[in-house]
Amino acid sequence: MEKDQDIILNEVTQSEYKYGFVTDIESDSIPKGLNEEVIRLISEKKNEPEWMLEFRLKAFAHWKTMKNPNWAMLKIPEIDYQDIVYYSAPKQKKQLNSLDEVDPELLDTFNKLGIPLEEQKLLTGVAVDAVMDSVSVKTTFKKNLADLGIIFCSFSEAVQEYPDLVKKYMGTVVPYRDNYFAALNSAVFSDGSFVYIPKGVRCPMELSTYFRINAANTGQFERTLIVADDDSYVSYLEGCTAPMRDENQLHAAIVEIIALENAEVKYSTVQNWYPGDKDGKGGIYNFVTKRGLCKGRNSKISWTQVETGSAITWKYPSCILKGDDSIAEFYSVAVTNNHQQADTGTKMIHLGKNTKSTIVSKGISAGKSNNSYRGLVRVAKNASNARNFSQCDSLLLGDQCGAHTFPYLEVDNSSAIVEHEATTSKIGEDQIFYCNQRGISTEDAIGLIVNGYAKEVINQLPMEFAVEAQKLLQISLEGSVG
Amino acid sequence: MLSIKDLHASIQGKEILRGLSLEVKAGEVHAIMGPNGSGKSTLASVLTGRDLFEVTHGEITFEGQDIGEWAPEDRARAGIFLGFQYPIEIPGVSMTNFMRTALNETRKAQNLEPLSSKEFLQRMREKKELVEIDSKLTNRSVNEGFSGGEKKRNEIFQMAMLEPKLAILDETDSGLDIDALRIVANGVNRLKTPENATIVITHYQRLLDYIIPDFVHVLYEGRIVMSAGKELALELEEKGYDWIKKQVDNPLITL
Ligand SMILES: Nc1ncnc2c1ncn2[C@@H]1O[C@H](COP(=O)(O)OP(=O)(O)OP(=O)(O)O)[C@@H](O)[C@H]1O
Ligand SMILES: [Mg+2]
Repeated sequence: MEKDQDIILNEVTQSEYKYGFVTDIESDSIPKGLNEEVIRLISEKKNEPEWMLEFRLKAFAHWKTMKNPNWAMLKIPEIDYQDIVYYSAPKQKKQLNSLDEVDPELLDTFNKLGIPLEEQKLLTGVAVDAVMDSVSVKTTFKKNLADLGIIFCSFSEAVQEYPDLVKKYMGTVVPYRDNYFAALNSAVFSDGSFVYIPKGVRCPMELSTYFRINAANTGQFERTLIVADDDSYVSYLEGCTAPMRDENQLHAAIVEIIALENAEVKYSTVQNWYPGDKDGKGGIYNFVTKRGLCKGRNSKISWTQVETGSAITWKYPSCILKGDDSIAEFYSVAVTNNHQQADTGTKMIHLGKNTKSTIVSKGISAGKSNNSYRGLVRVAKNASNARNFSQCDSLLLGDQCGAHTFPYLEVDNSSAIVEHEATTSKIGEDQIFYCNQRGISTEDAIGLIVNGYAKEVINQLPMEFAVEAQKLLQISLEGSVG
Repeated sequence: MLSIKDLHASIQGKEILRGLSLEVKAGEVHAIMGPNGSGKSTLASVLTGRDLFEVTHGEITFEGQDIGEWAPEDRARAGIFLGFQYPIEIPGVSMTNFMRTALNETRKAQNLEPLSSKEFLQRMREKKELVEIDSKLTNRSVNEGFSGGEKKRNEIFQMAMLEPKLAILDETDSGLDIDALRIVANGVNRLKTPENATIVITHYQRLLDYIIPDFVHVLYEGRIVMSAGKELALELEEKGYDWIKKQVDNPLITL
């Protein structure tokens, strides 16, 4: 029996990563290395205004005084920041007026990823911003959105076209001093998405950005800023993939969300960066700072994440509940297999009165992986009647993996009601046999069971992506139990 | 349909089935009775391919094919169904989704198209009526929080949905109230055709008043030690197993 299990667990591997191809496209890259010159060069390439360069340089100066964080349950190999290329752009004509001008190789890449950029193909009504390596390739449906006053464009474009909005909000939720990777991103970020929903507008379609790392030895440092003005609503989705490469690649992103009075933002992520091979070789290091500010009264921010990729994930999408009566939610499924490591969770900071937060975290560990939930709930002195409910579940496949839960509580107001529930379970041989006995194969049984376990979270995703996420969960666990 | 020859099976080196033979033909109902721990559930597990058990000797043929090495799902798809003595809970997986996956996988193996949503729901409705199971149950997750009796009834519902050739019902009657017992038995009877066969494992003659067996077998210490017609069940009810045990344990003393 035990032997069988070992054999089976060693088979864990064969879950193939579908998105591992490399696009053969010429790119415009700068040399490896990180210094003030490089930062000036990036800024210059992007034709940035002076204030932007200053922001970058301040961030860089600060970063140099900081150290890699080491408090997470992660074994992070030494990263040589001088051995990374900080800017790489697929070469193409400067201004794209229509899709015909996009390099066919590039179009092909996004088609292979299942992300059609041709608008007539977009039956689901999803507007897409595609970011390859350091730059945004194409944003669809821009015009339809503009008619409603909605801005959805690449971050670089926003810096040029809407500098006042960018200046007003950038760095207000995640200051560059926030942490090591936030400082690094602020210094070298290359592109990302920008969203502004004007007062009283309900964005009629999902907005989505697909991030793709293509070039070798290149880090991806994107920045996303979403501002939902009073009484507005938007649902935003982010997806990510990368080629299979033997060396590790660094991804350090920042996402900032600001929800003003009565505004609601739903942010969903399906993260499928290359996780490395079965022996733990290669894969993306994913160090991401995501934070939302419920700034206005009665505002609401929800994070939903399905994390299946990356060799290392360090990520805590958080919310600051500043406005009275504001609501924040965090729904997460994190899968680790083989040698993957994930330390992920959230922070809910209650500042306003009558604020409410919900945390639902579902960890799934297989192979020799390690999966940790780390969550902080803080209720400030003046945050009367704050409520939090946290549920942290772990599901184990096999007995060589680890699951850990680190809930932190800091409550400074006695009217707060904070509840925490945690469970750990295993997929039982008996459950799998029961499915087998009904004609369901073991792979499909695991898919069913895992998706059943993660249902609460999957249900939060927009329909089109829920299906994709379900498949992804199953694929990433293929071969993990026999 | 099913032929078991000199089957030996063990778990963790301990032999549980010790030379068991049994022939089941289409259209027949066989009852297997026997004391606790005699190996009835083990037989059901081995027939359905559970790999906790190691088959050390013997042969299982189903419809002319040696299925000894087949994976559990392949046996199920070929038409072998097990009503579990202790049905398993699968949290978060809806009965509908579960049944649909099961049914379509089975159909795929038979080169049939998957059922459309409409056909599938129609079939759910029909079978729910047949076994008088409440939609409240089939709308929930597989067996999650079901009472003991509800779980048993759900097994029969699944059997009705999948229409197996050979159904093995492991103590489906235990835990059922009197009405439920009648309903479940009626369900089994109505699903009976000249082409399929049923093995009912039970401790009580009561069930056999409803599901009339063609044969009753006594399993003891991993072997079938006695086979007869339905009247054997009555005799067992009256006399218990002691007389059989004595006979087996001391073969020199003949009754
Ligand atoms: N997983 C297991 N590990 C160890 N021993 C087992 C296991 N499963 C069954 N056995 C043993 O095998 C023997 C036969 O068990 P089995 O469940 O087949 O009996 P049964 O005839 O179905 O009994 P009952 O009437 O109580 O249901 C018992 O002694 C039991 O303890
Ligand atoms: Mg039993």
